[in-house]
Amino acid sequence: MSLSVDRPSGSEPEHVATIGGSTRFVPGQSHDRITVVNGKVELGRRLKDLWTNRDLLILLTRTELKVKYKNSVLGYVWSMLNPALVLGIYYVIFKVIAKTYQPHFAIWLFCGLLVWNLFNNAAMGSTTVVVGKAGIIKKVAFPRELLALSTVGVAMVLFAIQVVVLAVFLLIFQLVPDWQAMILLPLALVTLIIFTSAVSIFLSAANVYLRDTQHLTEVLLMAWFWGTPIVYPYGQVQSHLANWHLTWLYLANPIAPIAMSFQRAIYGQTSYIASQNNPTHKVTPLLPNVPLTQYAALLGIMFVVSIGLFLASLIVFGRLEGNFAEEL
Amino acid sequence: MSVAIEIRDISKQFRLYNEKHTSLKERVIHGGKMPFTPFWALKNVTVDINQGETFGILGRNGCGKSTLLKCVAGIIKPTSGEIRVRGSLAAMLELGAGFQPDLSGRDNIFLNGSLLGLSRSDIEKRFDDIVAFAELEEFIDNQVKFYSSGMYVRLGFAVAVNVEPDVLLVDEVLAVGDAAFQRKCLDHVKKFQREGRTIVVVSHGSDAIRQNCGRAMVMNHGQVITVDEPGEAIRVYMADLLGVGTLEGSESGGIEGNVLAIGTVQAEHGGSGSRPHMYAGESLTVTADVDSLAAVPDAMATVAIHDDRNELVFASDPDDPACQMEIPEGGGIVRFFFPEVPLLDGTYSVSVGVRSEKQTAIFDWKDQVTQFEVANPGRTTGRVRLPLDVSFRLRSSGHTGEVPAVSGVPFAPLAGWEESTA
Repeated sequence: MSLSVDRPSGSEPEHVATIGGSTRFVPGQSHDRITVVNGKVELGRRLKDLWTNRDLLILLTRTELKVKYKNSVLGYVWSMLNPALVLGIYYVIFKVIAKTYQPHFAIWLFCGLLVWNLFNNAAMGSTTVVVGKAGIIKKVAFPRELLALSTVGVAMVLFAIQVVVLAVFLLIFQLVPDWQAMILLPLALVTLIIFTSAVSIFLSAANVYLRDTQHLTEVLLMAWFWGTPIVYPYGQVQSHLANWHLTWLYLANPIAPIAMSFQRAIYGQTSYIASQNNPTHKVTPLLPNVPLTQYAALLGIMFVVSIGLFLASLIVFGRLEGNFAEEL
Repeated sequence: MSVAIEIRDISKQFRLYNEKHTSLKERVIHGGKMPFTPFWALKNVTVDINQGETFGILGRNGCGKSTLLKCVAGIIKPTSGEIRVRGSLAAMLELGAGFQPDLSGRDNIFLNGSLLGLSRSDIEKRFDDIVAFAELEEFIDNQVKFYSSGMYVRLGFAVAVNVEPDVLLVDEVLAVGDAAFQRKCLDHVKKFQREGRTIVVVSHGSDAIRQNCGRAMVMNHGQVITVDEPGEAIRVYMADLLGVGTLEGSESGGIEGNVLAIGTVQAEHGGSGSRPHMYAGESLTVTADVDSLAAVPDAMATVAIHDDRNELVFASDPDDPACQMEIPEGGGIVRFFFPEVPLLDGTYSVSVGVRSEKQTAIFDWKDQVTQFEVANPGRTTGRVRLPLDVSFRLRSSGHTGEVPAVSGVPFAPLAGWEESTA
């Protein structure tokens, strides 16, 4: 649906003249502002609407956080319980049961999970967000993509908290990240956010029409998780992929190069060698030992792909959105 | 006059599915087929609403008036056509839509205001006004889920009107809150009108339209029947009901709508002479010539009087047995007799209708078909001449110096009447 609303934001709206401290309505001064409603999906207008309504996006995100975590410190600590538990489980399984000799394995896990949690939280949250807000959608007009984007916003806040926890981990373990490789992170993070937004916008609309999308998403995300080098290093699947000529497919998953960039920058090592516990004494590869420009190039491709997906998701959302009020 | 809302050839199709498959699993099982019946909720609606006017949309349930309003608000997308709205717009389709029960009133004002299109700084500026208007100063930091329904609706209305839109869309939501709050809402709407804002009201009650609107549109089956001044639009609306014969939801067939028609309606006062006006307190006779193609055993005659401000002064009790009558084939004359009309100066119009006793059908309704004028010889002012009795006595007990002129009857509307007019 095309609905363009030019909303004055931040500054004084043009049609209100301030007289003696009180605002008074002056008719006929704001009529160059025209809202058009028709059946078309106009991408430019949708993007402009998203931008003019950024105040609302922040407010929706804050509302979501307030409702979820009651805006209390304990609430946010609570929100960390789930990722901490996941981290703990994988650590125990791989370190104690599967006996990996990788040093600082918890940090390695954390780097990948950080990326995955952002994507996973937003994608899972977005499937139900439009259906859950049926009351607003039926009665108020606003760019509805903002609901999906607000789940990305919530995931970003949780991401930020996890980054702080990771920083504390690094201090405790005295692990120094690869400062040079850190320049990959801004591009990786922006790509991650855009890609996650695209997926969230798409899922939020799909679940209105196919209500089992949320259950399918859950299953798909589990497969996706294991298809991404998070708990195991890319180095371990690299040769298998090459044998089957499937490297391109594995790396077509945008989360893979993003997670690898985080591991490359924060964990900082591309391989580890024998320790006194490792009887084989051979070099175990973790990440491709290629120059940072190679990582950046792959991220660059993913960035462009993500932008394309984001625009496509807006078009799909726009087409599906027209009948939201009837379907909900 | 510039156009505030341009509605151009708007159509909206709904799909009525025989069986709806809302999951991928079901879709796959049924091979992706979902048979549906197309239903046009709006068909080629074209109308211009001028800037500064209060525009009413009348129609029965399901005529498409709410769908049209939602299209204008941008909540649903029309199947074809285009709407252009000049200036900012706020829709009050449901008060407090989008309130989060877990948030405080304060947070909800910001959320709701943002949803209606205000920026953060705008809301901060208006925050105190909104709280004061809603009369919720003490409770503004409580969670909305602990609000009473009245408080909830008051907050919703306060936010909506403080958005101060150029165009306001209202969907019969004004009937909320206690009497004092309703008064306040109505005052606010009047203020909007004075300020030259455009208001679009959707209703299926004709009184609200008659009182507030400059023009009104009648809709039926998703199409525009007419756009006219409210009196004429209401007449067409009633005729539209008449043409169908039965009111919404009634199943009583058999009675043709045009079985009965009201012809000339006359109002005559019982005063002496041939003066055109009547005096307050005189009697009034309204006669309506009724033609009937068939005998109507359960006819119910109704009469209503409106004043010159279109406010309803009187409408007869639909359950009054005196109004029930049997009209034979060929018709006759229905006579309404008011022994006395205690109205003061003004021009009043009379509406006459004949409906089925069970109220399932309106046979005919002549809206404001004739007028009568009342002149008041005394110096009483206002609308109604109430029987009045004044007396004086000293505070000291035992002695009652004055006795009321008429006493002994606890409620005597006619008591003391002759004295005060003489």
